[in-house]
Amino acid sequence: MTTPLAKARGLGAAHRGTETFWRQRVTAVANVPLVIFLILSIITHVGADYETIRAYLAQPVVAIAMLALVISASIHMRIGLKEIIEDYVHGEGAKVVAILLATFFAAAVGLACTLALVKISLGS
Amino acid sequence: MGNSNTQAQRPLSPHLQIYRPMLTMMMSIAHRISGVGNAIGFILLTWWLVAISSGPEAYATVNDFFGSIFGRFLLFVFSWGLIHHMIGGIRHLIWDTGRGLDRVSIEIFAWGTIIGSTVLTVLVWIVGYWLRGGV
Repeated sequence: MTTPLAKARGLGAAHRGTETFWRQRVTAVANVPLVIFLILSIITHVGADYETIRAYLAQPVVAIAMLALVISASIHMRIGLKEIIEDYVHGEGAKVVAILLATFFAAAVGLACTLALVKISLGS
Repeated sequence: MGNSNTQAQRPLSPHLQIYRPMLTMMMSIAHRISGVGNAIGFILLTWWLVAISSGPEAYATVNDFFGSIFGRFLLFVFSWGLIHHMIGGIRHLIWDTGRGLDRVSIEIFAWGTIIGSTVLTVLVWIVGYWLRGGV
């Protein structure tokens, strides 16, 4: 039996309070301008040759915005996927496996994009 | 207090089958589907960035794919998913402030998300084709 005070002190079932809720909002707000930037970057470089697109992405401001997008989107993606899995996958084992896979997926795309952007920036 | 019945069968969320389909409910589902779609679409962005970091040959391969009908179809769906999820997300951020939760507003937001995301996506593609100078 848990009293309301104990619940508040324990920060809920996950012991993290509203941290995840808030993180999803912070990344959501960040994603709005960053996704607009991504879409503008792509439509202004449709069919661009290799040197042009590489030079564009190597500019520090562009690279920082792209890195910010990749990191913010990966975090947002991981929280969103986890929330959906928790709602619809009821078996405990399947739920844990699905959340693990969602986490690994978000980490994999996030890290691959980050490494690619670092390589492009350093010209290696 | 002291309820011995705490292990009773409680309803699980959300019971999709028992609701009459409504636009606002469909939009909630669409927001989740577009979210999952964007996660999958992120593979396209990853492929594109990794190809650029790898060299001209890899970039040519990814460019050929994105230029194909199927590639363009995937990119169109991805762009629509991103824009739809963005507008739907802004709607959620407005709701987080406690505003726009009345019956009229939620209907307006729902239609605004559908129409706004579709119009914006088509506009993005028109501008894209125009900047490229044709199909």
